[in-house]
Amino acid sequence: MSNVPVNNGRRRFLTAATAVVGGAGVVGVAVPFIGSWNPSARAKAAGAPVEVNVGKIEPGQLIRAEWRGKPVYVVRRTEKTVADLADLDDQLRDPNSEKAQQPEYATNPYRSIKPEFLVALGVCTHLGCAPTYHNGDFDQFVEGTSEGFFCPCHGSKFDMAGRVFQGVPAPLNLMVPEHSFTSEDTLLIGVGQGEA
Amino acid sequence: MLTNFMAWMDKRLPVTDAWNKHLAQYPAPKNFNFWYFFGSLAMLVLVNQILTGVWLTMSYEPSGDGAFASVEYIMRDVDYGWLLRYMHSTGASAFFIVVYLHMFRGMMYGSYQKPRELLWIFGMLIFLVLMAEAFMGYLLPWGNMSYWGAQVIISLFGAIPVIGDDLTQWIRGDYVISGATLNRFFALHVIAMPLVLVILVFLHILALHEVGSNNPEGIEVKKKKGTIKPEDQSKFTFHKQYTDKYDIVDAIPFHPYYSVKDIMGVAFFLFIFCWVMFFAPEGGGYFIEAPNFEPANGLKTPEHIVPVWYFGPFYTILRVVPDKLFGAVAMFGAIIMLFALPWFDRGTVKAIKYRCTLHTINLIQFVICFIVLGILGTKSATPLNNMIGTAASFGYFGFFILLWFYSKNEKCKPVPERVSH
Repeated sequence: MSNVPVNNGRRRFLTAATAVVGGAGVVGVAVPFIGSWNPSARAKAAGAPVEVNVGKIEPGQLIRAEWRGKPVYVVRRTEKTVADLADLDDQLRDPNSEKAQQPEYATNPYRSIKPEFLVALGVCTHLGCAPTYHNGDFDQFVEGTSEGFFCPCHGSKFDMAGRVFQGVPAPLNLMVPEHSFTSEDTLLIGVGQGEA
Repeated sequence: MLTNFMAWMDKRLPVTDAWNKHLAQYPAPKNFNFWYFFGSLAMLVLVNQILTGVWLTMSYEPSGDGAFASVEYIMRDVDYGWLLRYMHSTGASAFFIVVYLHMFRGMMYGSYQKPRELLWIFGMLIFLVLMAEAFMGYLLPWGNMSYWGAQVIISLFGAIPVIGDDLTQWIRGDYVISGATLNRFFALHVIAMPLVLVILVFLHILALHEVGSNNPEGIEVKKKKGTIKPEDQSKFTFHKQYTDKYDIVDAIPFHPYYSVKDIMGVAFFLFIFCWVMFFAPEGGGYFIEAPNFEPANGLKTPEHIVPVWYFGPFYTILRVVPDKLFGAVAMFGAIIMLFALPWFDRGTVKAIKYRCTLHTINLIQFVICFIVLGILGTKSATPLNNMIGTAASFGYFGFFILLWFYSKNEKCKPVPERVSH
């Protein structure tokens, strides 16, 4: 033991400084551990845009495309279907698409670029199940409406613009992904209009 | 020879001392009934899970492409692979049965009350880690129910405002549940969670031995030092850590008395366990669900996504709330209520036997609600089921609220000084 008098102020400073530097080290070390949980470069590459030919879809028909591992529903709506959309407004949670569930260019009464084509993720906004498309027999779920989407998991209902009905577990309209048309019949999912 | 070896060891590590302190000279109340089997049974199942788990890891392939096939390989081609897997899958359900009964025992006899709050908290942490462990383990066979069950549960985090979507993507490591998710769940399931679990069990037992075991009468067997005449004290030798601080009455050493008694419990338990394992390993579709016999498919949702039975009560609470965020809040709230039980109960009388009739009724209605919620969790969400589920959810939360009110000035029966039988 040396006989140098104890300098408490200096000890406290050194203790605090060690704690701060050590704490910064812990935060720094945490970065790679937390960061490694993000989607990897390979996963990001696999999430690249997808092209779909919509020319051969019949009116009223739904086709499924896969984008980022999720089902994307593409439906060619008939003119009557599009015209009937407005009748349902008072039964819906968000009839005017005020919540950010669609890109800017799809924030319109039919929630798409072309009224004819609905492009929406087939992923229920409640807990991620795939809603089923009912063409013609939807009135068992909503009276007076012949087409729509019904989620078999917890009974959420969506109309032909992917808008959610009231009184079901799903809180939001179906997500409309970024999409654009590169030609008359070619739909590109994953790249928004005017971005490509 | 052995004596010399033990003397050599004891000079370097307190082996004999620890044996005496925690087993041969640990004062356990003499009136334990069958409800006290479930602690040691939980330990037995934990050992079973770790042992069979290590062996399963030897043949399992944690990848999106190989997982499902490797489970089939274990079931069909590996010698005794089917047995090891059924021991593990039946063990998972048995774990929850045993733990639920163990928790109910604690509620019935007030084992969470002062001074055992921390003991209860450690137990609840074990329960929480066990649920995480079971949830991640259920993804590993990479069946379609594994996949969609995980999808539903991970989506819960999406209900958190602002950061929700990024958080779920961070948990998955992909835009959807994929091999990346499977691999990280595998790592957590076989290394991280078991480590935490074992440490928590160790702390749970240390905390138990510090405060001492409760009993069906809720009467402390450790009395204030100097208050009990020597002839009234327990005749057995207990470790000086206990006798230095307390006069001990109505207690017997854990070993050999309860270690031998627990063998009875183990034998009875193994009869049932083996019957299920050999004759009904799928537990009637409740332990291993039918859609899990087809591989994970992100484009095909099973008709009804139902969790494994042991998550049923909490899952029902989640889905009877017609709002995503509040549903998740209610579900986690149901578990937090259990954590806070020692503080909801403001009474001092522990055992149900000496508490008021209202408490008995309240506990019975809680058990009924819990079972009803559990059954509904494995059924589809029809309007009638939702109505019953809502009522049962109120019963579940009502138990705690009610308890808080009546326990303050509860009219209890007089509690005797000593365990009478």
